[in-house]
Amino acid sequence: MTSQQDVYTPGGSGEGTPFNVGGQDWDQVVAAAAEEGHEHLVVNMGPQHPSTHGVLRLVLTLDGETVTEARLVIGYLHTGIEKNMEFRTWTQGSTFCTRMDYLAPLFNETAYCLAVERLLGITDQVPDRAQVIRVLVMEINRIASHLVATATFGLELGATSVMLAGFRERERCLDILEMITGLRMNHAYVRPGGVAQDLPPGAVDKIRELLVELPKGAAELRKFMDASPVYLGRTSKVAYLDVTGCVALGVTGPVLRAAGLPWDLRKTQPYCGYENYEFDVAVTDTADVYGRYRVRMTEVEQSLKIIEQCLDKLRPGPVMVTDKKIGWPAQLAIGPDGMGNSPDHIAHIMGQSMEALIHHFKLVTEGFRVPAGQVYQAVESPRGELGVHLVSDGGTRPYRAHFRDPSFNNLQAAPAMIEGGMVADTIAAIASIDPVMGGVDR
Amino acid sequence: MSEKGRPDLNPDDRDENAEEKLPARRGDERLAAPVVRTGLFGARTSGDTSGYGGLLVRGTAPVHSERPYGGYFDELADHLEAALESAGIPFGEAVERVVVDRGEITFHVRREHLVEVARRLRDDPALRFEFCMGVSGAHYPAETGRELHAVFPFLSATHNRRIRVEVSVPDADPHLPSIVAVYPANDWHERETYDFFGIVFDGHPALTRIEMPDDWHGHPQRKDYPLGGIPVEYRGAKVPPPDERRSYA
Repeated sequence: MTSQQDVYTPGGSGEGTPFNVGGQDWDQVVAAAAEEGHEHLVVNMGPQHPSTHGVLRLVLTLDGETVTEARLVIGYLHTGIEKNMEFRTWTQGSTFCTRMDYLAPLFNETAYCLAVERLLGITDQVPDRAQVIRVLVMEINRIASHLVATATFGLELGATSVMLAGFRERERCLDILEMITGLRMNHAYVRPGGVAQDLPPGAVDKIRELLVELPKGAAELRKFMDASPVYLGRTSKVAYLDVTGCVALGVTGPVLRAAGLPWDLRKTQPYCGYENYEFDVAVTDTADVYGRYRVRMTEVEQSLKIIEQCLDKLRPGPVMVTDKKIGWPAQLAIGPDGMGNSPDHIAHIMGQSMEALIHHFKLVTEGFRVPAGQVYQAVESPRGELGVHLVSDGGTRPYRAHFRDPSFNNLQAAPAMIEGGMVADTIAAIASIDPVMGGVDR
Repeated sequence: MSEKGRPDLNPDDRDENAEEKLPARRGDERLAAPVVRTGLFGARTSGDTSGYGGLLVRGTAPVHSERPYGGYFDELADHLEAALESAGIPFGEAVERVVVDRGEITFHVRREHLVEVARRLRDDPALRFEFCMGVSGAHYPAETGRELHAVFPFLSATHNRRIRVEVSVPDADPHLPSIVAVYPANDWHERETYDFFGIVFDGHPALTRIEMPDDWHGHPQRKDYPLGGIPVEYRGAKVPPPDERRSYA
């Protein structure tokens, strides 16, 4: 530990003595600070990449072990996705927005595509099979996301087995998503008008296998954590935020449901045909970290129930709107070098039909036009309300695309959970919000 | 015989308000809509050889909706009107216009009354919009005097309803009252809209940049702010950056 002469503030910051801590004992820092006569210690936590959340910086003012003030600094992962989308066609937008909240890519895509479809006025024309597939992949994605939330949470509190079990089970979900979409994340699978391609052969069997295997893994995770005294000690009655606090701070998702308000857009404002599925909204009333964990685990179980119903609902049919002016002309196919254009389609446009070639060229290079107007479309992502505000000026590109990412909003509530608590509980509080900085910063 | 009493005239035509009773000419509304594309393809970087170079394609965005709005929107507008009148604000003064489009209702509110409207939306039991889902900006450089728009989506969990409030401000005076005092959830959202559009939310507790670095110049989501980018070489060909590629709109 060194005091004075901080390389970053050579002349002194004017706000007390800076200390650089490089892995020494915390007691030394506290002792040195006490010698200087400081009552409060301002600690920079980060900016760093804690587990899979992304880069976040916390500025904590400490009075001993108690956090008296917490300020969150974000923006380290800002990539200008919204701005970029204004320079790409409506179809290409899927490829961009999927990279926002990278643990819930299919939710970003679906929210965006539902918004584009509302702007086009084709919501009713999207084929049933496409809607069922959307629900199917979203629920698999929800399980994967909640497993990461739980697994990294374990890791952040020092429980490596929880992390290993969680990531092992998540891998099952990612395998299926890879089989269906060709990629483990950033799928760009859901497109305006439907989905990029139908389920490949064998996918349904593989999902049935998941329905058998995953409950075992989930049960194992619950065995690790549900009644573990260590886990309960770290999470129970920690980072309390009641319904009033959640609503005032606009917090949605598991944090709100753990506080006792059963608000789930899948039930209250259904989209993609969620009204036809039977499932329960997970809810507890503990309003603490433990309750949020319980809500997530219950949601995993409910998602499995929905996936099972999806498989029963799958009927043969198209997966893209029949309107040739909107529907993507090509289906993709898996070749020896991975996912790519279907050879049949290439043969058709290059060898058989001039009109098909023109049509393909126009739709792919220019894109379709969307009537002017604006919509706000929300879906229930694993982290809460994911809202998309889309504005069209009647052109082939979005005039403005804005994503109301649930993590962005929910992170605001962190100081309300942290301040007045212990430093160690800060980690638990942040982890229980399950923020994904890719979505926060976009 | 006086003009008014002519027996051969339809009784309706004798009405002094006859002019207003005439059916609206359908073309008027269409011709008032903005031109969204000229020519058949809308290409600007090369000539239009289709023979339809003079074609004007107009947008269909409704600029103003009349009652009935349909669904729960009429009831909601009534409640908002009553709530505002009880606060001594005439509805027509606070709300410039109402647009119902694609199953969503938008109240275009004058900025002076934004905070009061937000407070009524939250507190009135018949409205009870507990959630404000942030604020999104939009930049319309062509709309002189109202270039910057702030769009607030509201959600009522009690009544399971959604509405949108839109406020427009001129670029020369981009000030808007902050609603953080009413909806604390809008803290970061307003900072983001300030960061990206330069809309200043007066009364915000700490209006600083949130996504861009503190010393950044300009507001990146505005239409006059370039996207940036460099040409990329791919298999011997140079691909220009996205904002320099051909645009069809």
